[in-house]
Formats: sequence, C-alpha cells, structure tokens
Amino acid sequence: MRAICLYLHIHQPLRYREYSIFDVGVDSNYFHDQYNGRQSNERIFRKVADKSYYPMLNLLLDNMKIRPGFKVSFSITGTWLEQAEKWGPELIDIIREMVSRGQAEIVDETYYHSLAYFYNLDEFTAQVKMHSEKIQQLFGVTPKVFRNTEFAYNDSLAKWAEDHGYEGILAEGWDKVLGWRSSNHVYRPTGCQNIKLLLKNYRLSDDIAFRFSNRSWGEWPLTVPKYQNWLDMDSLRGNLINLFMDFETFGEHQWKDTGIFDFMNTLISSWLSVYENKFVTVSEACNLEPPVDEISMPETVTWADTERDLSAWLSNSMQNSAMQNLYDMRDQVLATNDLGLISDWRNMTTSDHPYSMCTKYWNDGDVHAYFSAYASPYESFMYYMNVLRDIEYRIKNNPL
Amino acid sequence: MLGWELPPHNSGGLGVACLNMARALSREGADIKFIVPYTAEHPDIDFMQVIPATNLDPIYRYGGGSYESMRLLEKIIPTADKEQTLSIRDVQKTYCDFIETHLMKFKPEVIHAHDWLTYEAGILAKQKYNAPLIAHVHATEYDRAGMHTGNPLIHEIEYEGLMMANQIIAVSESTKRIIHEKYHIPLNKIKVVYNSLDENYEKSNYTFNDSTYGYLTKLKSEGWTIISTVGRFTVQKGLHNFMHAAALAVSKEPKLMFVFAGDGEERNELISLAADLGIAKNVIFTGFIRGKRLRDIYSISDIFVMSSISEPFGLTALEAAHHGDALILTKQSGVSEVIWSAMTYDFWDQEKLANEIVAIAKNDALRDSLQQNVKNEYRKISWKQVAKKCMKIYNNTIKHKRY
Repeated sequence: MRAICLYLHIHQPLRYREYSIFDVGVDSNYFHDQYNGRQSNERIFRKVADKSYYPMLNLLLDNMKIRPGFKVSFSITGTWLEQAEKWGPELIDIIREMVSRGQAEIVDETYYHSLAYFYNLDEFTAQVKMHSEKIQQLFGVTPKVFRNTEFAYNDSLAKWAEDHGYEGILAEGWDKVLGWRSSNHVYRPTGCQNIKLLLKNYRLSDDIAFRFSNRSWGEWPLTVPKYQNWLDMDSLRGNLINLFMDFETFGEHQWKDTGIFDFMNTLISSWLSVYENKFVTVSEACNLEPPVDEISMPETVTWADTERDLSAWLSNSMQNSAMQNLYDMRDQVLATNDLGLISDWRNMTTSDHPYSMCTKYWNDGDVHAYFSAYASPYESFMYYMNVLRDIEYRIKNNPL
Repeated sequence: MLGWELPPHNSGGLGVACLNMARALSREGADIKFIVPYTAEHPDIDFMQVIPATNLDPIYRYGGGSYESMRLLEKIIPTADKEQTLSIRDVQKTYCDFIETHLMKFKPEVIHAHDWLTYEAGILAKQKYNAPLIAHVHATEYDRAGMHTGNPLIHEIEYEGLMMANQIIAVSESTKRIIHEKYHIPLNKIKVVYNSLDENYEKSNYTFNDSTYGYLTKLKSEGWTIISTVGRFTVQKGLHNFMHAAALAVSKEPKLMFVFAGDGEERNELISLAADLGIAKNVIFTGFIRGKRLRDIYSISDIFVMSSISEPFGLTALEAAHHGDALILTKQSGVSEVIWSAMTYDFWDQEKLANEIVAIAKNDALRDSLQQNVKNEYRKISWKQVAKKCMKIYNNTIKHKRY
C-alpha cells in the first residue's frame, strides 16, 4: 500500500489599503480599497477565484465523483471564508459537498492566519477556537488535525496541540531536522504521548508548486509518467507521501496554460489506476502506521525560503516593531467590547502583513516583491502603522 | 570628449559626472582628450589632457552679463559688434570653430559629446572627420523646463544632435523614454548608463562636525526630525509641491524642520510661500552651499527629499545616502530606478509625500531600516561599470561606423 496525502492551503489576507496619516481619526475604513485599487480585496479575490479556486475545486470534485478513493485535505483561513461568503459563496458550497461526501477533511489553524503563537498564547488560543467554530458552522465538522500559520512549528506547539485534543499536526520535512530519516512516515513529536506528526515531502511538493513551469529547470517539462516514477522511487523510503502546498499553485502560481490542471487530472487517475495506491486525508494518514520515531524541533521551523525560519515575517526592525505595537494593544482592544474594533484589530494580525515588510531579498526584486500588494516594504509598514494609530485613537475615544 | 565643465570649475553634477566617467574610462585603457570652452588649471587631472577651446575665464562659459560682455567679446571675437552682450551662443560658436580647425591634431576614433552644449561641435566633427558621434544625455530641455516646452532653440540643437549621433547614452530609463517620446528617436539607438557617486566624495577624509549647524543639532536632541533637499531652486525641482507637502506634514507632526539648501530663481517665491502656509518657523534656507558645509547638511539630516518633476539621474540622492539619510524620491527621478531602499511618490502627490515624512519621523524602525539599507545599496553602481559599458558602446559604434 502506498498513499498520497494531498493537502492544500486556502488563504487570502484582508489587505489594508494605502491608509494615510490624514485618515487617522477621521476615517476608519482600513480594508476597502476602491475596486481598481492595488489593495482591492474584492478584485483580487474575484481574480484568483476565476483563475484558481473555481477551476481547481471543480476539478477535484469531478474526480471525487468518479473515483471514490480520491481524497483531499484543506486548511481554510477565516479571512478567506469571510471573503468567499461575500464574493464567492458557491466556492464554500463546493467544499461543503466534498466534506459531506467524506472525501475532504478540514485542518484547524488560526482564524486570521496569524503568528499569534509567538506573541500572545491567549490570543492564539482564541483565534484557533474561532476557526474551529467557523468550520463547524459552515461545514458541520470539527477539525482533528492542526497546522500553524506558515507551518511555523516547534516542540512546544506540538505539546499545545496535544493538550487541546488534536490527533495530528503538520510541519515541514526539513533535511536539517530529519537527517537520514524520510518524511514518508508518521512521527511523534518529542515530549508528546499521542499526537502524530506529518512532515511535508518538500521535494516532490515543490516540483509541482514551484518548479512545474520553470523552463530552466533540467526536468522541464514535467510529465505524469515522469512524476509518477519519482513517486514510486520515493515511496521506497516510506509509504506515505505528503504533498502539501498552496491551493493557488493551481491556476495562480502555475497558470492554466502551463498545463497544471491537465497534469493534476491525469496524475489522480494514473496514481489510482495502480491497485496498491491510494489517497488519504490527514487524519487517515496519522493512523496509517504507528509512529516510527520521535522528532524534535526545539527551534521554530517554517515552510518558507531556504532558511525555513520566521525571518521572512519577523526579522527586520519594522516587522518587529509593527508586531510588538500590535500585540501590546490587545488588552485595551478587547476591553472595549467593540466587535468591529476587535475584528479590525485581529485582521491586522495576519502574517501576510509583516511578510510585505520583508526587506530580506527586496533589492533583488524576487518572490517577496512579486507577491506584495504594496510598492515597497517601507510603504507597507507606513500604512500599517497608520492603521494602528487609528485603532489607538478609537480605543481612547470609545464611549465605554 | 566634448564637455562644458570639469571640477573645480563646475556649477553642478555635469562636471562631476564627466570627470568620474573620464577617469574610469582611462583606467579601462581609453586615451581621452577633453575639450572645454575656457582656459583654466585642473590640478587634479593627470589621466587625460584637458584642452581649452577659448581663452575665456571659466565663469563666462555660460555667457556673461552686460557689464563685462564688451570686454569679453573682444577677447574671443575681435570683430564682434560692440553693442552685443556675450551669450552662451557666442561661446558655443567659438568652441565649434576650435573643433573645426584643431580637432584633427588629435585623430579621435570616437567623439563623445556631453549635453546640448556640445552637440553642434560634435556634429561638425562627425561630418568633417568621419568619426562616430556618441551623444550623452545628462538632461534634456524638457527636464530643465519642468516638462514644459522650454527654449525652442535648445530643442532644435538637441534634436539635431540626437538625430546625427550614431549612438545615444541616457542616464536613466526615464531619460531614455523622454528622448524617444519627445525627440522621436528609435529606442534601439539609446543605451542607458546610470551615473555613480563621485569617487573623491567617498575617499576624502570628511568628519562630521556638529558645531556647523548648532541650532539643528539642538533641535535634534529635542526630538525634532530634520528633512533636507539640495539643489537649484528651479521649476524642474518641484519645490512648490514639496513646500505644500511640508505644511501638510507639519499639521500632523509639528517637530519637523525643513532645510532648503541651494539657490535659484524660485527662492523668493518659496520663502513667501512658506510664510503663506504658516510654516516659516519650520523652514530654513541656507543659500548656496558646497563642500564641507553641504556635507554637514547631509550628515545632520534624517531624511533627504528629491522632489524633482523630472530628474534625469539625481546624484544628490547618492550623496545623501552616503551620509546615511533616509531617502524619499519622486518616481520621476532616474535614481529611483536603481535605488530600492527608498520611499517614492509621484511629484504631484503632496499628501503621499507628507505621509512618508510623518511616517519616517514617527517610526524609528522605518527610519533605521531605510537608512541602513540604502547605505548598503548605493554602492552597487560603480564608475568602473559605467566605463565598461561606455567602452562596449564605443567599440560597437566604431565597428558599425557607416550606419
């Protein structure tokens, strides 16, 4: 038996607009840019929905209908769900149908896609609870497996997840941690008794997510027979292949004309045509075998960049001061009991915001610059701090 | 090389750029004869021959006033009409005469002409000696006139020079675009070669002395933010917009001091504008400064603003970066194409500029990041690279001389 655990992460941040110092104390609309604006959440959501969400979700559902053995796991952030409710409720219906067919599982995480775990444990726990309730409300299921924002994982987080009753937790299968061991097994986090650890097979995942359309890659073009051969070879090191990636890989990062949809369609049927192969959801994967070993990650590991650390979000002084200012306000914000204010504040915890202030490779104009909604990390920081100033102003002027 | 000025007899960036380029080129093996329209000593230049085309004093290279003109005219054109004043056109004419009669002594393989001042001489040389002409555009008349029409005669000369040149070198993509759009020159004839910071500027052993501007030092210690701009006060520099933005910024953060270093025809207007906007207390005019006093301004400033409506390159931004200022640049400046660690805005967007000034003044993290990052970044363009690119252009042009 050989299993692919396909897990797709669905997320859109609520971007703050170019919020000027002249808006502070006057206009508390942070998130609604005009439709054609650079930070227009609605425009971006609708664009990605057309290019990626609709075609890929339909492709997955169609495959589920023909092949009962085909299964997928999703993690869906609260910020995405709120936007989908407004600008694409049919997307939620498609996912709900998959869940009710028993062929899709939802993974838990923070509602706001935040890095709260590293700043305020109460806030983190509250956001996870919000997410769990939202999933229950929309899909009628309670998630059993946890993943943290950006796969930011360490031993103490695993312990937290175990204490909160999760069966499994997801993390990056990084060589520096694994050493000679393979990511194709179920592991147990150090310090835990019951929870299982699933590790991303980053080579085979990134072949699709990052390299698929890269013409200077030696293996281009990637065909299904070639890729399936790699899957066969890799499963000699363990029966469970964890393909974890962003949902937007399909249609947005790799455009339709690269052939990514056809590739996926063919891969699913081709993989299932071999009698011993199957697809599993994350909680099925956790129970595939008893843990083969214990894995310890005392330092935080993420799924980003070659460093696999938090430096893309929390390394320069702008990012640190933005986050520090944000979390310092928490008690005051919650004390107002103003739900609009609390929600605005929580939307500022989304990790995409500090990511857009990253200067690590800024001068080289690489992937960070490409994905940013702002003209530069400096501008992003400037608007962010203006929003925090207005929140501060609202706290002080709250009638309570 | 045909130029109009070389340090120490320069009034702006043109001379500095010419000197550094020539020095770097000579290191790459070029033998340069640099022809200037005046007679003077250049004590620091030993890597090339500087040849005077007239016997004028350097201060008259852009023409003279009515008082000294008669005397001067006699000096260069003995037959001239005594009622006329000496204009820059007279200097240019004499410069051309010199090229026509003496250039062949030097047997040039390539003629490299800097800006409209020398294009006529360049064309003449090309016609007469069949040497390829490279026109180097440091600025066009559109830039100098703040994107208004400017002087039609200068346009005519620029147009002719650009048409006749075998190759054109522009100091930025935005200059290249202007050459293409306003002078209708095909894009493939224009190469972009960015300027770099003056070598002597980096090498000289300057140390900041905070007593030069004691008042500003005091303000800084009280939590004020110093914002400076340096340049000629002309329409090109967009200083009116800057002043309006300054007033907007002060309305949000009163502890801001704006230093306008330089001089020019807009000075009086700017002073009264500051008073009209009620921010006279927040604005300082230093007058024209250079050397150490200029460097002290850069050193004491937290933020440097380049507010130009159109700036082919913008060397002062690199100087400010060298002294550790956070940069705010208009998107219409060439330097903003190569420097990424800076805030940018469109020259008319006063509110955004005000926003950026307030943000930097209020956030230490932002100010420190901008200052640190640009200090690491500005060195990435060097004169050595500039010279290598020029040499390549020379060689290609010589090879395809006939076209």
